[in-house]
Amino acid sequence: MSTVAIDKAAPTRTVKYGSMSRDRTWALRWSYFFLTLFAIFSLLPPIYMLITSLKSSAEISAATNPWWVFHPTLDNYIGLLTSNQFLRFFWNSALVSIFVVTITMLISVPAAFALARMRFWGSATLATGVFLTYLIPDSLLFIPLFKVFALFGDWTGIQLINRWYVLLLIYPTLTVPFCTWIMIGYFASIPKELDEAAIIDGASWFQTLTRIFIPVALPGLIAATIFAFTVSWAQFLYPLVFTTSTDQLVLPVGIITTLIKGDVFNWGQIMTGALLGAAPPLIIYAFLMDYYIAGLTAGATKG
Amino acid sequence: MADVALQPDRVGATQTPRKRSSLQKALKRKSTAAFLMTLPLIILITLLVLYPAFYSLHLATLNKSMQRFVGLGNFEFLFKRDTFWLVVKQSCIFAITAVVFKALIGFIVAHFVHNIPAKGQRKWRGMLLVPWVIPPAMSTLAWLWLFDPSYSAFNYTLSFFGIGPIPWTGDATWARFSVILVNVWYGAPFFMIMYLASLKSVPDQLYEAAAIDGANWWQRIWYVTLPMMRNIIAITTLFSLIVTFANFDIVRILTAGGPLDHTHIFATWAFRIGIEGSDIPLGASVSLFMVPILAVAAIFILRDVNKRGNES
Repeated sequence: MSTVAIDKAAPTRTVKYGSMSRDRTWALRWSYFFLTLFAIFSLLPPIYMLITSLKSSAEISAATNPWWVFHPTLDNYIGLLTSNQFLRFFWNSALVSIFVVTITMLISVPAAFALARMRFWGSATLATGVFLTYLIPDSLLFIPLFKVFALFGDWTGIQLINRWYVLLLIYPTLTVPFCTWIMIGYFASIPKELDEAAIIDGASWFQTLTRIFIPVALPGLIAATIFAFTVSWAQFLYPLVFTTSTDQLVLPVGIITTLIKGDVFNWGQIMTGALLGAAPPLIIYAFLMDYYIAGLTAGATKG
Repeated sequence: MADVALQPDRVGATQTPRKRSSLQKALKRKSTAAFLMTLPLIILITLLVLYPAFYSLHLATLNKSMQRFVGLGNFEFLFKRDTFWLVVKQSCIFAITAVVFKALIGFIVAHFVHNIPAKGQRKWRGMLLVPWVIPPAMSTLAWLWLFDPSYSAFNYTLSFFGIGPIPWTGDATWARFSVILVNVWYGAPFFMIMYLASLKSVPDQLYEAAAIDGANWWQRIWYVTLPMMRNIIAITTLFSLIVTFANFDIVRILTAGGPLDHTHIFATWAFRIGIEGSDIPLGASVSLFMVPILAVAAIFILRDVNKRGNES
């Protein structure tokens, strides 16, 4: 736009502006050039997954050009999607993720509401504590947690280790603190007049939460839900530690422990499995990118 | 506090005793309700985070069969092992190098995205964030296949430039490089998104003022962008430091600590010892070594986040 204006300007004045706009054009070109490079770098592994997943084992071991499919086939997809074992992993993953998302929301939304609006003794400390818990990584807790659940099994006779539902107890330690934290931020940004008006109209605290806060903070709720889902879908360390029988495994661990048999790597199937495992988060991301990003950036800020 | 305020006008208060008591009851109800609402959260954190965290302190003082108290014996044993110091060194190299490169690439890419016209930004941002969306266990499998010793797609491509087959995961130095590369690939988009959000919040007037004062691009970054982004850079870097330091998936799948323990970091080594080697106390001791650096980072993050909260 500026170039058009400058072209019409008097020739004596074009020198300075012309160089500036030329700089700008070149900066833009360089930006696109480097962005293309970075995009290739970013998309290389998923694209390579797709390429390999369309190849037959014979084509992979023939070591032809790895970047091209000469005889595309859907055998890997058919093989995996008709294998009961793989469907079991998928089912376990879906079940765990859906339950974890529900549990997370049931715990963190009321807690965030109480921490954001109803000041009580120790509420500020608790909010800080929630944030600190979010910073505790899974790799710090997996050994004591494993032992705690083993002891729990010895004491009560309820065996939780090597059952997929043990993950329903463990995953919330990863999802609840973060979801509570971002919900506190979203709830705190709602104007106080809104809930005061509701209270004056005779609404109870519970009604204020369900009729005012949840609808108004819906974007935050969606962001938190997406976060809880992606975390539980992607979690690898806990299921690796806590589940071993093939019928109890979730997708990431299942692919790695069953498709890699000894030293034989069936790469076509592994890549297909990985792509199918990456698909749910990618699909959610494709449709709800803005919520996803909102949740991501909200984590380090207050709301 | 309510009592103090009410006492001076006791006369007024006695005139409406019903109202006051119902107010107190409501206050009481409110705090009870609030407590009940946070109760599941408190139980979860206490039982499944705090209790295991302190339990691991106890575990670390037991012997392998967990029947005898050995005090600091596990730590003494670790200090005498060369592998332990190797793991300490590698964890630090891994975390620091990866975070620095993630931050640099994130910063640069965020500027490029910020540079192009606004209507195209969404598309580019969408593509560049894909590594962060794919579960790391899945994408690391793709990297493992790209690094495959005999069918490596990278080596195939590089052979056209006359660069010999690179032992991506076979040689200690290359394996370290590969692990860091995958981690940078996975984590840089997070920095990019955070920096982009923060770049957008820098008021344009500041750049205009700088341009009028004759600042070149480097001075604009140094005197305008960086000071404005300082807080978010600090938070993101510290946060990423924690996550990278505690990383497990990538190293576990890509090299499983090999070759010869030369890529083990705290998490993978603790898993190897504690779960695979079933020496739970020693594994717990290894993972406890992550605590000091995590604690320092956490304290700084908390300070910055609170500062940010107060500003806004």
